[in-house]
Amino acid sequence: MEEDIEEYSTERKDTLSKFREGMIASLPIFIGYIPVAVTFGLLAKSTGLTLLETFLFSALVFAGASQFMALQLIQGGAEPIQIIVATFIMNFRHFLMSSHLSAILPAKEKPWLLPFLSFGITDESFAYLSTSHASKEVDFILGLEYSAYVSWVGGTVTGYLFGNILPPILQASMGLALYTLFIALLVPEAKRSLSVAITAVIGGLTHSCLAWLKIFSPGWNIILAILIAASIGAWIIDEDEEEDQ
Amino acid sequence: MNNIKIIIGMMIVTFIPRYLPLLAFSRLNIPKPLKKLLRYIFPAALGALILPGAITAIPNYPAAAAAGIATAIVCSWFREEISLTVFLSVIVTLISLYLFGY
Repeated sequence: MEEDIEEYSTERKDTLSKFREGMIASLPIFIGYIPVAVTFGLLAKSTGLTLLETFLFSALVFAGASQFMALQLIQGGAEPIQIIVATFIMNFRHFLMSSHLSAILPAKEKPWLLPFLSFGITDESFAYLSTSHASKEVDFILGLEYSAYVSWVGGTVTGYLFGNILPPILQASMGLALYTLFIALLVPEAKRSLSVAITAVIGGLTHSCLAWLKIFSPGWNIILAILIAASIGAWIIDEDEEEDQ
Repeated sequence: MNNIKIIIGMMIVTFIPRYLPLLAFSRLNIPKPLKKLLRYIFPAALGALILPGAITAIPNYPAAAAAGIATAIVCSWFREEISLTVFLSVIVTLISLYLFGY
């Protein structure tokens, strides 16, 4: 009995220390999210969302790029269904990240934690976990993800409530923060693979053309641009250069 | 009300692809062409998100936005550190805006 308790407490300590290690590892993500999250809060306010809606956006969806896209589309008067379809397509990439994770997780002894672990998957945490030296323990991953989550949700609410206090010139500069976050995610990938780089350029140019032509509504523009560029990338440009992961 | 509908819908369609593969435990057998497509959705989406939005991110000051974007590209090319890229580029944009007389 005593042994049991001891075992339990070491396991608990282990869990906590791994969680803490994950939190420490996520510090760059935590810091990088803040200006972007604050900008999201600010922008949500100027789009006319309530504080509760803004909070729920970050707390329930937790997928930055699609949240900004949704704001743009709400502003443009898009139908909810367009926004949801565009979100589905844009966020379907998590499917790949998640199947990759399911292959590398060492043990499945804590299945009740998996919904939380899946919810926390983001481009940034995945990019970190893909590096070879990263721990693949469930507790570590949770620490990594939820420290980023706190930063994202906290930054959103802070931006909504206090963003207006910031000097206008700083607010204007932070309007670019989201795009620099995208660039920070894209460039390392593009550096390693020319077809990835070309696909991204095609995506950007296609979207620009569609936005300029104004044939479809903004919601469909981004969906079309992503699908066209990804298809060209996968089936025309890609030369089976390397099977990922 | 519409916004809440959008948020709930987005939550569902974002969570399902995140959870399904882990729920199924074993690695799902995705056909190769589809897998390729999925691999390219990420860069395609990032490209479409960056352009044309980034150019108009700061209304009336495209040159300041361009300075910030250039900083982000250079910085993330040499140092793959998200927070450093975001902060340096915000600072450069801020300085450019100041110089352009914002």
